[in-house]
Amino acid sequence: MKVIEISCLEVWREISNYVDSDVEPELRARMEAHFKVCAHCKAILDGTRNVVKLVADGVEYPVPEGFSKRLYNKIKDV
Amino acid sequence: MSTGTSKPTRDRNEAELIRRVCGGEKEAFYELVRPYERAVYTAAMSILNNQADAEEVAQEAVLKAFSNLSRFRGEAKFSTWLVQITINEARLKLRKDRRHLYQSVDEPQSDEEGDYFPKDYADWREVPSEALQRKELRDALKRALAGLPQKYREVLVLRDIQHLSIEETSQVLGISTGNVKTRLLRARLQMRDALAPGFDGSWVTGKEEYEKVRPW
Repeated sequence: MKVIEISCLEVWREISNYVDSDVEPELRARMEAHFKVCAHCKAILDGTRNVVKLVADGVEYPVPEGFSKRLYNKIKDV
Repeated sequence: MSTGTSKPTRDRNEAELIRRVCGGEKEAFYELVRPYERAVYTAAMSILNNQADAEEVAQEAVLKAFSNLSRFRGEAKFSTWLVQITINEARLKLRKDRRHLYQSVDEPQSDEEGDYFPKDYADWREVPSEALQRKELRDALKRALAGLPQKYREVLVLRDIQHLSIEETSQVLGISTGNVKTRLLRARLQMRDALAPGFDGSWVTGKEEYEKVRPW
């Protein structure tokens, strides 16, 4: 199958959908071919994947100490 | 928003708890919301970006869910419904607090911005798992999240931290799935830009100076 070339700009528009596996197979093939030859876009892809991986555990938003107990008390007092 | 139990079991348990609460067993309500405490707090943080405000709103949202529980029809998951109430409460608070600034916090329904151009092409490579625990990295992540515009942060938090689907995120925020995707792209690329300099080697090695790892 001949893969039609795709521009960097088009790749950036779809890169987040690509990370989520939410692109059509035809577009996916074009993007994969692009990543093989474009170091810039490959770096952006890796970076975007890293962002998704890094924030996934949610530790940047620790629940304040005593939160649960205060919430329980609020419910109890209704 | 995993609670550690299988989905059918969880849904059955929740339906039973909801029935009990609506039947007058107030104590069952805490059991119902407890698995989602963190989700509620994080959703509030994604909008308010302030611990005290987020806790206040989380409490208000939970109490609101309690008094409206009889109206919950089970069309959405209970957790989605709860997060949606939280988002609405957080937006109300933001609007109230900013009223004196004469600025609208209502987001336009369409994303009118043009394309986003990445600012840096630093090659991150794979982030080693030991680097994930580094304080500098966690601090940089926190700053990057806080620095995102609210409309991007809320989408990133719901999708990439709370792991809601595109459809659930769209429902909770009251925006189209297309808008969710556009904002998510923006959010992720801006996060990448904010963190990329750190990933030019420094998070990985812990050295003060960046180690150039770009292959070109």
